[in-house]
Amino acid sequence: MAIRSRVLHETPSQTAGPFVHIGCTPNRIGLAYAYRGQDLGERLFDNGVPGQRIVVEGCVFDGIGTPVKDGMVEIWQADHKGLFNSPQDRRGQSSLGFSGWGRQATDPETGEFSFRTIKPGETPFVDGRMQAPFISFWIVARGVNLGLHTRMYFPDEAERNRQDPVLSKLEHACRIQTLIASCVSDNHYRFDIRLQGEGETVFFDV
Amino acid sequence: MIKFSKLATKEQEPVVEGFFHREFHRHPPAYTPRYKSSVVRSPKLALVSIPNSLSELTGPVFGHGILGDDDNDLTVNYADAGMRPALGERIIVHGRVLDERDKGVPGVLVEIWQANAGGRYRHFKDGYLAPLDESFGGFGRTVTDAEGGYEFRTVRPGPYPWPNGINDWRPSHIHFSLFGAGLAQRLITQMYFEGDPLIPHCPIVNSIPEPSLVDSLVARLDLANTVPMDARAYRFDIVLRGRRSSQFENRS
Repeated sequence: MAIRSRVLHETPSQTAGPFVHIGCTPNRIGLAYAYRGQDLGERLFDNGVPGQRIVVEGCVFDGIGTPVKDGMVEIWQADHKGLFNSPQDRRGQSSLGFSGWGRQATDPETGEFSFRTIKPGETPFVDGRMQAPFISFWIVARGVNLGLHTRMYFPDEAERNRQDPVLSKLEHACRIQTLIASCVSDNHYRFDIRLQGEGETVFFDV
Repeated sequence: MIKFSKLATKEQEPVVEGFFHREFHRHPPAYTPRYKSSVVRSPKLALVSIPNSLSELTGPVFGHGILGDDDNDLTVNYADAGMRPALGERIIVHGRVLDERDKGVPGVLVEIWQANAGGRYRHFKDGYLAPLDESFGGFGRTVTDAEGGYEFRTVRPGPYPWPNGINDWRPSHIHFSLFGAGLAQRLITQMYFEGDPLIPHCPIVNSIPEPSLVDSLVARLDLANTVPMDARAYRFDIVLRGRRSSQFENRS
């Protein structure tokens, strides 16, 4: 019979520290030809992948509004039809050539990140209701003791955002705005992440 | 046990079972003022708990195909052909990645980074006096095998001073980044070395709420797997969150 209960416990987290880039984005910080010249997560899609091309940029800020210049941001999302590139998603095959996963060091001068990706389709919540399209974010940095999960929703999806099972359940409706990107121009979104203080981003325990 | 309802889908009906909830009392809290960097980088408001849907149950998959021959050998993976291997105490760091149900987790991308034997990182922001080693980059990666096993060759990193208190030194450590099957399992941690006298003095170590939990981050000398006349072995097992049983398993 399968073991049903927890018999071990998750290893404690420790901060990624200021040098996370050596391990995760070595080419970005000038360790040339590390892993044959390519950092994992540099590109989310190949040419020819269907879907609406978008840019998602932003900055991570600390509690006094200073950009976090030594952090790392990862994103994970469904393809344009709402399918994940994972064997755990048994509903169908996601777009070939779409990884769904991106990773960037925040810029050492500005703290900015910028992903080129595809606008995700809607995906089901646990009860089968559909969720508004979103991109999952995971943020680590020096001073962050446990990686932070959040989600970015789209400003041009007001109706679906209003009905979204996660957004509509937030106790403090005024915080919903921290999860919704702003529109810079067509297909170009901005999602700033505030670790602490005024406008603190909603982070999730998943 | 809480059961999530099944997804209503057109094709196959997957059984959606979330991960065991994260035991936050076993992790460092966000705000640990003795580790000063956490003070302005710690969320003050409570995390919002949401059940795992597909976005947390799924995650990127990295096959063994991404790996080069020397990706997990830090003694040689930065040196150009013909150069000497990295300076320092040659060690093997190995172990298994398990889930909370004590099952090996295959296919986990394990990425590590570390200082060189003198305690210096190959990073533009590290200005410590100790010199760089031209043969050492300080990064390595591998993907766990069918039983969750992994192995690296490297040199033991040196301790180093860091700007926190006026005389704070990091114990020797290797940073680990792990991807399980789902985003909810994503974890970054640090491995320490058995017997290192700096461990109990470190504010980052001490962000962990209990000494017994610190123990789980301390690799043990593993003489049985030492390679004579070559490298000492250290054993470090890592546990990722486990998933609740599927309904299929419950029926068995």
